[in-house]
Amino acid sequence: MSQAPLLRQITDYANRADPYPLYEELRKTPVLHEEEGGPYVISSYWDIESLLHDPRISSDFTNLAVASEDELSGPEATGLPPSFIRLDPPEHDRLRRIANSSFGPPHRPTRIDSMRGELAQIVTDLIDGFGDARKIDVVDQFAYPFPVTVICRLLGVPREDEPRFRSWVDPIVAGLDPDTRTSAESMKTAQEARLQLGMYLNGLVEQRAREPREDMLSDLVNSHGPDGAMTTMEVLSTAVLLLIAGHETTVNLITNGMLTLLRHPEYLRRLRDDPGLSVKIVEELLRYEPPVQLVPQRTCIADIELRGVTIPKGSRIWLVLAAGNRDPERFHEPDRFDPDREDIQHLGFGSGIHSCFGAPLARLEAQIALAELARRLDNPRLVEDPPPYRPNAVLRGPRHLEITFDALR
Amino acid sequence: MPTDYLDRFRREGRIVIVGASLAGLRAAETLRAEGFTGSLTMIGDEPYDPYDRPPLSKAVLLGKASALHTDLPRRREIDAKWRLGVAATGLDMTAKRVRLADGDEVEYDRLLIATGVRARPWPKESEADLDGVLLLRTRDDAAALYRRLKAGPRRVLIIGAGFAGSEVASACREMGLAVTVAERAGAPLVGALGGVIGSVSAELYHENGVDLRTGVMVTGLESDSVGRVKAAHLSDESVVETDLVVVSLGSMRNTEWLTGSGLGAGPRGIACDAGCRAFDFRGIVTDDIFVAGDVARSPHALFGYQFLSLEHWGNAVAQAEVAAHNMISSSAERRPHLWVPAFWSSQFGVNIKSVGVPPMGEQIMITQGSLAERRFVGVYGYQGRIIAAVSFDNTRWLEFYERQIERGAPFPVEFATVDRRPEGRQPVDAAFPDPSLPTHGPTVTLSGYSPSDRQLVFTPARH
Repeated sequence: MSQAPLLRQITDYANRADPYPLYEELRKTPVLHEEEGGPYVISSYWDIESLLHDPRISSDFTNLAVASEDELSGPEATGLPPSFIRLDPPEHDRLRRIANSSFGPPHRPTRIDSMRGELAQIVTDLIDGFGDARKIDVVDQFAYPFPVTVICRLLGVPREDEPRFRSWVDPIVAGLDPDTRTSAESMKTAQEARLQLGMYLNGLVEQRAREPREDMLSDLVNSHGPDGAMTTMEVLSTAVLLLIAGHETTVNLITNGMLTLLRHPEYLRRLRDDPGLSVKIVEELLRYEPPVQLVPQRTCIADIELRGVTIPKGSRIWLVLAAGNRDPERFHEPDRFDPDREDIQHLGFGSGIHSCFGAPLARLEAQIALAELARRLDNPRLVEDPPPYRPNAVLRGPRHLEITFDALR
Repeated sequence: MPTDYLDRFRREGRIVIVGASLAGLRAAETLRAEGFTGSLTMIGDEPYDPYDRPPLSKAVLLGKASALHTDLPRRREIDAKWRLGVAATGLDMTAKRVRLADGDEVEYDRLLIATGVRARPWPKESEADLDGVLLLRTRDDAAALYRRLKAGPRRVLIIGAGFAGSEVASACREMGLAVTVAERAGAPLVGALGGVIGSVSAELYHENGVDLRTGVMVTGLESDSVGRVKAAHLSDESVVETDLVVVSLGSMRNTEWLTGSGLGAGPRGIACDAGCRAFDFRGIVTDDIFVAGDVARSPHALFGYQFLSLEHWGNAVAQAEVAAHNMISSSAERRPHLWVPAFWSSQFGVNIKSVGVPPMGEQIMITQGSLAERRFVGVYGYQGRIIAAVSFDNTRWLEFYERQIERGAPFPVEFATVDRRPEGRQPVDAAFPDPSLPTHGPTVTLSGYSPSDRQLVFTPARH
C-alpha cells in the first residue's frame, strides 16, 4: 500500500517509455477515483466509446464544479476565446463547421487528397537531406519538420517563422500535461504564450483579410457561409488550435510508428515491398501507440452512473484512450502489434463530435512518411531502446529517435 | 443423432436462397464464412448481380454514380449456383422444392427467403402504364428516371412524401427542376417520424423551392393523345401540369409466390421467430425455412415483442447474418435477431438518421439543438421509456440514445444534455397520424400482438 496512486504513476515521467502495464492495472478499476477532488478515470474501450457520444459530457471547463483558479482565469481568459475543442454545441458545431468548410467534404472534398504529391515531395526532400549521414534523429530531422511544413502551407504560415512560433507552442503544449497543470506558474506561461501566438497569427490574418490567398487562414478570415463569419478572435483561437494540433500529434504518430516498426522488423520489410500496407499499419498504430494517450478535459453536466459508480455532476473525467485501445474485452491479444487484424478499430482519433478534425491529413502524412522511410532506408536499426521521451503524458512520444542505417536508396 | 445430421448438413447439405439482393448475398457469405461447404443456389428475379439500392435515389439521380455501378462489394467468394433473372413462383414445403418462372424446380434441405419488397405501383393500371409514369426501386427504375430527369422535364410530380419521395424531390431541386410533391398526410415523413418532425421537413421542402401539396390525394392522371402523361388531378380539385410522375407510395412485400404454400406469408410479410425461422400459417415454427430482410416480420423484445418489418439496409445485413448462422447451428448455438432499427436519409443537404421505432412513440422531446435551426436530436417516448430517437445533422449523438433504448431508459429525458434549449424541456405529442389510416410507406411496420397496443397496420393505399 506504499505505492503512489496509480494516476500519479501514469503522469510520472519515469513511466513514460512504457505506460501500458499501468494502463492494465488501471482497467482493473474501470471507473477509478483515487482522490477527493481528483478525476474519474475511465479506461475500458466500451465505456470510453460510450462517454464520447454521451450528451451529458461537456468539454467546457466552466461546467466543472471545482475549477482551479488557473482554469477560470485560464489561457482563454487572457484574451483569446476557447477554441472549438474546449466548447460544447452549438458554439462548437458552428466553429467546426466553418473551419471544416475550408478543409474537408462537402465543401472541399479534395483539399487533403490533392496534397498527396506535395506531401511526397516534402518527405523526399527531408530524406535526401540526410545526405551522407548514416545516423539520424528521426524526430528532429524528419518527423517534426514534415508535419510542421505541411500545416504551415495549409494554413498559410511562413515556414521560416517556425523558430518563433515554436517558442510559444512548447509552453502551450506543456500546459496540456496534467502533471504541469497543477503548477500555477506553467499555466501562466502557457496563457501568455497562447496570447503571443495569437498576436503573431493576427498579423497574418490581417494581411489575408486584405489579400486572400489559397490557404486556410484566408478562408477562415473571409468565411461567410450559412453559418456567418467567425469573429477575429474566433479566427485566431481556431488558427492556434489548428497550428498546434496539426503537428504536435503527427510528430508522435510518425515517431511512434517508426519505433514500433523497428521493434517489429517483419512489418518494416513487408511495408517496403508493399507501400499499400501503410494504411493498415497506421490504423493499428493509432490503436497500439496512439499519439494522444488520454483526454483529461471532460466533465459531466449531470450525474452519470457507470459500472455501478455514480460520477457526480461537475466532476473531472479522464478518458484514457490508450488504455481502451488495449482492452482485452474489445481486442484479441491487445498487446500485440498486428496490422493484419480483421477489424482494426481504435480510439486514437477519439469519437463523437470532437473526433479528430485533422484525421484525414494525419493519416495521409503518416502513411506517406512511414512507407517512404521503409522504402529508402537500408537496414535501419534503433540506437537506443527505449529512446528518450518528451515529458508530456498526454501527447506522448519520443523526444529523439536515433537510428542508424547502411545506405539511402 | 441431431449433431450427426447437422454435421452432414454443414458438409454436404443443399441450401437455396430466394432473393439475390443485400440480405441474400450477406447470408450466403455468412454461410460460407461459418463453414458451410454444401451446395448453395441463389435465385433472383432481376438479371443483375447483387447491387446496392441506397445510391439509386441519391447519387445516381444526380449523375454522380451510374445506376449500373452500384454492385455490392463482396466479402468473400460464395461458390454458388446463380439463377438470376428467374423469379421463384411457388414453394412446395412437403417436397422441399422451389418452383421457378421458367418451369424448373430446385430442391433444398434448408431454404432462406429474402425476396424483399417492390415499389407499390400506381393503383390504376391504365394510368400506371402511361409514358412518363415511373417507379423507383430497382437499378432499371433508377436508370430510367435518371434519363428522364436529364432530359429536362417541365415539371416533376412526386406522389408520396416518404423518404424515397423526399430524396427524389431533393435530387430534382438540385438539378434545378420544377417539382410538385403530393402527400395525403399533413406533412412529409409523418408516417415514419410523426408530425413534429414532419413540419420541419415541410419547411425544408419550402425553402428548397418544392411545391408541396399536403392533405391531398392524386385522383387521376391524364394523358395526351399519344399516351404521355400531361397532368394530374388532385382531390382538392386542382390540376398539376406535369410530364414526369414518380409514384412513391411505399412498398409491397414480395410474398405472392408463397400463396397456398402453407407458409405464414401475406401482405405484411413472412412471420418468423426471433431466430429467423418462418412460421407456417398455423402458427407453428418451421425448422428448415428461414427469412431475412425487408420481407421478414419478427418479434422484438425491446419493442413489446411486436412483430416488426423493417425496410432498413442495416437490418437486412444483420438479419441475414443471424439467419445464416442459425441455419447451420444447433438450437443451443442459435442467436436471436435483436437489431435496434436504424436508418438514414439524406435530403435537401440534411443528414437524417433514426434509431429505434419512432412510430411507436407517443411523445417527442427535443433533447439537443433546435427544430428551428434544423439541427437537433428528438427522442420519442412510449409508456414512460425511450423508444426511438431521430437526428437532423446530429448523427454522432445517436449511439448514446441507442444505448438508452436498449436499456429501456425512462422518458421524459430529465437529465441535462449539452445544447438543451428551452423548447426541449417538455415532451409534446409526436403527432403520428391515426394508425388506422394508410400512409405512404412507413419504414417500420408494426403489427401489435395485443389489442391494447397501438397498431400501425400496413394497408395498401386506396385512391
